[in-house]
Order: sequence, then C-alpha cells, then structure tokens
Amino acid sequence: MLIRKPNDIPSSEITPEHVYINRRHFIGKSAGIALGGIAGAGAIGGATAAGWPGRAAAQTAQVGQRDWSTVRTELGEELNSFEDITTYNNFYEFGTQKDDPARNAHTLRPRPWTIEVGGMCANPGVYGLEDFIRPGTMEDRIYRMRCVEGWSMVIPWYGFPLKDVIDRAEPLGSARYVEFKTLLDPEQMPGQRARVLDWPYVEGLRLDEARHPLTILATGVYGQDLPNQNGAPIRLVIPWKYGFKGIKSIVSMTFMEQEPFNSWKRAASFEYGFYANVNPEVNHPRWSQARERRLGPNCGVFRCEQIPTMLFNGYVDQVAGLYAGMDLRVYY
Amino acid sequence: MNKKRRILLLKGLVWLLGLAPAVWLVWRGFTDRLGANAIEEVLHRLGDTSLIALLVALSITPVRRLTGWNILAPLRRPIGLFAFFYLTMHFLWYAVIDEELALEFIIEDVIERPYILAGFTGWLLLIPLAITSTKGWIRRLKKNWQRLHRLVYLSTGLGLLHFYWQVKADTYWPIVAITVMVVLMLLRIRPRKPGRERERTVAAERPRQEPLAD
Repeated sequence: MLIRKPNDIPSSEITPEHVYINRRHFIGKSAGIALGGIAGAGAIGGATAAGWPGRAAAQTAQVGQRDWSTVRTELGEELNSFEDITTYNNFYEFGTQKDDPARNAHTLRPRPWTIEVGGMCANPGVYGLEDFIRPGTMEDRIYRMRCVEGWSMVIPWYGFPLKDVIDRAEPLGSARYVEFKTLLDPEQMPGQRARVLDWPYVEGLRLDEARHPLTILATGVYGQDLPNQNGAPIRLVIPWKYGFKGIKSIVSMTFMEQEPFNSWKRAASFEYGFYANVNPEVNHPRWSQARERRLGPNCGVFRCEQIPTMLFNGYVDQVAGLYAGMDLRVYY
Repeated sequence: MNKKRRILLLKGLVWLLGLAPAVWLVWRGFTDRLGANAIEEVLHRLGDTSLIALLVALSITPVRRLTGWNILAPLRRPIGLFAFFYLTMHFLWYAVIDEELALEFIIEDVIERPYILAGFTGWLLLIPLAITSTKGWIRRLKKNWQRLHRLVYLSTGLGLLHFYWQVKADTYWPIVAITVMVVLMLLRIRPRKPGRERERTVAAERPRQEPLAD
C-alpha cells in the first residue's frame, strides 16, 4: 500500500480550503453525473500502478470525478460499488439488519457537527467539523475492510490521518490510549431506543495504533461526503482491524491512561476484544475467521467465493511491529 | 360450506402461504433485491421461514384445543412438511451454495461450531418425521408413530438454539421465537381431569390420527 505523505506533495498541489469546500458543494449537487467520470483517471488522478491517487484526485475533482473503474488495491483487488458500500452496513444505531441503516439513517443531521477533544492532552477543545478537518491533508485511501462476521469489501475512503488531529491535541506523556464516542441521540439515531448495545458506541485505540499512518478519519467514500449510513460526517478507519473498530459519527475523542472499554467487548468480552486485529488464526468462538466472503463484483446469488483471510488484513508489513512480542490469542 | 370443502380451502391457503416465501426470494433474486450479500440473505430467510413454519405447525393443537376448531387438525402435515422443505433448502443452500460442498469446512463447522451442530442435528431429526408423515406409515407404526413424532419438539428446540446462538447482539427475534415456543409448550400441559370431563377431552383428542406430532 502506498501512502503519499503531505511532504511528498509540492505545496502548489495542495488544495486550498475554498476549493475543498466548493468540491463538497459540487459533489453534493451532481454526484450522479460526477461519478461517471468526465476525464480519464490516468490523466487527472495521478494514480500509481498500485491505484494510489494521492492528493491530485481531490484537486481535480472540481472538473470531474476520476474513473474509479480502473482503480485497484495494491493486491489488484477491485473496488466494491458505491451501492454495496452504502446499502450493506452494520450501524446498529439505525437498526441491526444490514439494510436498516440505508433505510433509516436519513434522520441523522451530520451538519452542523462538533467534536470534543479532551482528556489527557495539552490542547483540548470543541471543534466544528470544518475546523477539525484540515483540507490539506485529505486524500483517497483504498482499503480492504474485513467485518468480524466474515465478509469483506474494498472501499475507497476519503479522509486524513488520525495522527494529524492527535498531534494538534498534544497528548500528555502519560496518555496511552484514545477513546472515541458516537453521537448519543435517540431522536437522530432511532436504533438507540433498543438496548442492543450499551449506548453510546465506544471505541478506542492504543496511541501508537492511532498515530499509525494507515489509521484515518474518513469523511467520504468514492470522493463524496460519507452517506449517513456509513458514519457521517466523520468516522474512523483502521484497515488491519475488524470493521467494528471503525466507529462512526464521532462526537468525542478522549486521551486516557487506561484501555478504553469498547462497546463490543462490553457486550461479549470473550467474543470481541479491544485489539480486534484481523487474524485468520484466531477464531471467533462461534465461527472461523480463516476465510471471508468478498462481496462485490464477483459475488452473486449462487456463487460468492470465500477467500483466505490475511493476517492483519494484508497490512502485516506495515503494522506487525505494533504487536511485537504480544500473544495475539490473548490480546484478540 | 361443508366440512370437506372448508378443509380443502384451508389447505389451499396453507399451500399459498407456504410457497409465498420461496416465490418472494426467487423474485428478489431475479430483480437484484437481495443486497450485497445475497447468499447470506437467502440462507437467513430460508432459516427464518422454516422456524416460523415449525412454530405454526406446533400451534395447531393448542389453538384447536382452545377454540375447538378441530378443522385445523389436517393442516399440521402440510405445514410441517413446508417447514421441512425450507429447512432442507436452508441446509442445502449452506452446504452447496455457501460452502460449495467443501467437506472439510462443513465437517469442521458441524464439529466445532455449536450453533451449526444444533441446527444440523435439528434437521437430521426431522428427516424421519418427514418420511413417516404418510397415512401408510401412521398405520404401520401405530403407537410408535406418535412417540417418533415427538422429536419435533427437540428439533424445534435445537432450531431455536441455532437461531439464538448465531446472532451477534440483537437477540430480539430469537427471544420472540423462544417465547412463542415456551407458550406453546405451556399450553400443552393439561391438568389431569377426573371423570366425564377427562373423557370428553380424550374423545376430542381422537382425531389425532393425523400426521405430524402435536
């Protein structure tokens, strides 16, 4: 996987904020047309052989979306369609069936939105979404997403490294973890009226995981704003962990010394742990994690091949170092 | 309307309702309405349908007893057979479509995953019941027929366990189904009634020579 770091990109290429904001409007109004792709991706996207678009795609989005059909992961995998990504969701705040979020999430109001940064840090504060995101750091990231339930997708996120906001918050030396919370508002999130989970949804990362360059806060998918059912307006994406770590519709970020007690661990601690790293060797107590069903273009009604699950979801070279010496069966 | 015609009408209704879920699934398949994970969607809907049919079949006798509508008795067999049909489809869909007959994975699943073992056993137990659901077998097995068909309780119980164990957190529907089962079982507990009343009850039970256990 390739990551274009901000310092690889000449400052002339960085999208100024007004352009970025315009882009939002543009896409919001003409998503249908824009997705068709007006210009060839090769010409405008600056896509590498591995399908990494970098910043240029965002910049040129004003004149037309890139042609996503040619984009692949670093392993040559095809992307899931926008429809797959936005109609098959686990977002229990809107119901527990996969099609519930797409049907029910219209009640969420993702703007205006504020995010509270607090806990053990030198620079706490409450930010409006627009101040929280720094447009200069936005990029497309094509990641595999492996759900703990045994299916997976390939998703072109649009977002920025979590490290960026962590650095701005200046966590204290004693802070070891960061905890995230989803909005708690049964009016906007009707699923919260049922006590399926202990609301609000809580997730967390160790600070080194949170600072890892692969960890991003996503605000979009396929170059457009996140649909509500995907966790608008801002969500976490940690591609080497099971999908439930990717907390959606985040309203707070808290630095702390002790390990956050994440929702699924709270619900069933011997089935779901804090780490939740994708690992084909460590089975869920009720099902195998050795294989996964890759949804998408090659998955039909009568045939949907199961593919072997990869350690750390295929990002082993980038993240294995974070867990050196740890027994992954104990810290699942 | 005479009794025969009414029974025929009711049976027609059972067939219509019994085939509807299959037709619905086929229609959704053809019109691309099964979602991104179509295989799982079909698998789950087949499983739901078989459990619902089992619970409906098990409710015939208590409903009959409460209401005196003995006309419902002949519906148990077709409803039970529909339950078996959907359960068999559920298993075949899992084994052939989902696992593509990869025996090593199927065997591992059955052995290592309690919820699959429970569901698989529940299906196995229903096979002899489906086979012996004909009038000929009722005659041949005599008293044993009823004993054999009591397996339906165990089978349904295992099916409910399978349903409950496979959900991630939202146990709402499994608990609803289990509650229905518990209520149906409680309705079957009859206090021993002395004298005439008991005789009457027993007499009302006579038309029990109908397929599928109560």
